[in-house]
Amino acid sequence: MPWASAAVAIQASYFVTAALFIIGLKRMSSPVTARSGILWAGAGMAVATLVTFLYPGMSNFELILPAMFVGAGLAWWSGKRVAMTDMPQMIALYNGMGGGAAAAIAAVELYRGAMPDYATSTLAVAGGIIGAVSFSGSAIAFGKLQGLITRSIRFSGQQLLNLLLLGAALVLGGLVAAHLNASPAVVTAFFVLALVLGLTMTLPIGGADMPVVISLYNALTGLAVAFEGFVLNNAAMIIAGTVVGSAGTLLTQLMARAMNRSLGNVLFSGFGDTGAAASGEVSGSLKPIEAADVGVMMAFAQKVIVVPGYGLAVAQAQHKIWELCQLLIDRGVNVRFAIHPVAGRMPGHMNVLLAEAGVPYDLIADLDEINAEFETADVALIVGANDVVNPVARTDKSSPIYGMPILNADKAKNVIVIKRGKGAGFSGIENALFYLDNTRMLYGDAQKAAAELIQAIKAV
Amino acid sequence: MTGIVALYIFMLAAFTGYEVIARVPVILHTPLMSGSNFVHGIVLVGAMVALGGAHTPLEKAIGFLGVLLAAGNAMGGYVVTERMLEMFKASGKGAAKRSH
Repeated sequence: MPWASAAVAIQASYFVTAALFIIGLKRMSSPVTARSGILWAGAGMAVATLVTFLYPGMSNFELILPAMFVGAGLAWWSGKRVAMTDMPQMIALYNGMGGGAAAAIAAVELYRGAMPDYATSTLAVAGGIIGAVSFSGSAIAFGKLQGLITRSIRFSGQQLLNLLLLGAALVLGGLVAAHLNASPAVVTAFFVLALVLGLTMTLPIGGADMPVVISLYNALTGLAVAFEGFVLNNAAMIIAGTVVGSAGTLLTQLMARAMNRSLGNVLFSGFGDTGAAASGEVSGSLKPIEAADVGVMMAFAQKVIVVPGYGLAVAQAQHKIWELCQLLIDRGVNVRFAIHPVAGRMPGHMNVLLAEAGVPYDLIADLDEINAEFETADVALIVGANDVVNPVARTDKSSPIYGMPILNADKAKNVIVIKRGKGAGFSGIENALFYLDNTRMLYGDAQKAAAELIQAIKAV
Repeated sequence: MTGIVALYIFMLAAFTGYEVIARVPVILHTPLMSGSNFVHGIVLVGAMVALGGAHTPLEKAIGFLGVLLAAGNAMGGYVVTERMLEMFKASGKGAAKRSH
């Protein structure tokens, strides 16, 4: 009975894989063990992939192997080359590929038309539509963050169109799932509608909101994988897909909350682009300062808190800023980094960028930890951050960012803002912090400004 | 696997996913999203089975695309997660390595 023993070996291996995935994810949720977490999960993936070659009745190896090598090869090559600043869109890209694969499984099974019961066909259809939406939607998310798509296309009746597309896809999917009409034409139309829905849903969403959308599609892909796992009777897919589905949903909620938005607001409001909001009036003037003066100020400070934002990443200034901080630390200054939950392009992205520069993670504090400390800080150095330090989020009820948790940088004795120009942040709102009496503006590219500050401190 | 057992698995796995992530510090959100992105790369297994059982040219073509995309999901997810997590160091150990 060689097939029976192979089946047992496969089931046992999938069980091991599911356990390895859960252990891996658990380890990834603490900075101390995170590094090993991906190795555990990777081992699980290797076991599952290898053992699947033994699956009873498998053929087409001459197609499976080249497809695997091409897909994995391209992904390996692109994954090794991508810059840390571009990480969010790469995650979107790989995630979309997973969604596409889930939809492809659904398509193969539905075209074959050998659905044993209604539950199986329903799950195949559900996984198919979710996977297809995740596929085309993630492609748009990638295009937007990569700068390939610069405009957010919006028109009146857009929500109605999306609703119609969804309705039509569900009707066709229902026909297929209920075994009423599972002809190739209907199946094809169903997938085309689902793919178009992913495009039209994602196109109006602004670039600043994309991380939440990527996270949502990540959760959706997990769900699609779990559904196709039911169809194929594959426990590893069910467990891994469901774990990602629920973990991803939680991550999405955490992100949306950190951005002071509800998920519905992100998906359906079309805010999140520059210029969407009218800016409130701000009184006072912008007061520039020279790097030499800032250098002296910081060199003789007791405590400096650095607030990095996406501008730092764009200027690739994280290395210079860390060099600057090391100089200060050598002089006995207490240096901390304050990270807003949405600093960078997605929660935790800034931590990755600082880690890349070699900043130890125990110098990095998040919002709840650090906010009380600004009052005792001599200098708050704002590098390319904007909305996340705007005090109107605390004070001005009419502001679109009112209620968003912010870093209380305005409470520091001196606030130094390194900024390229006088433009507003992502939200298009004027920043009241820049006009405060204790704020000075150091204009220039973050990397150049940091280099000037290094010179200034060395000269002290 | 009967339907009801599958439902139990679904429920328990959903709670597991929630619990595993529930207390994650923000600093790990991006790597963890990438890590969970890698984990659903298990879709590769399903895509292999689908292509392995494909008969018509249409099924084979879609199955081929499925395996290619799934392999990209798994490999890409692994590489970028590994690269990000590799950089997380505490000050003691990290500082020693950095000083030249």
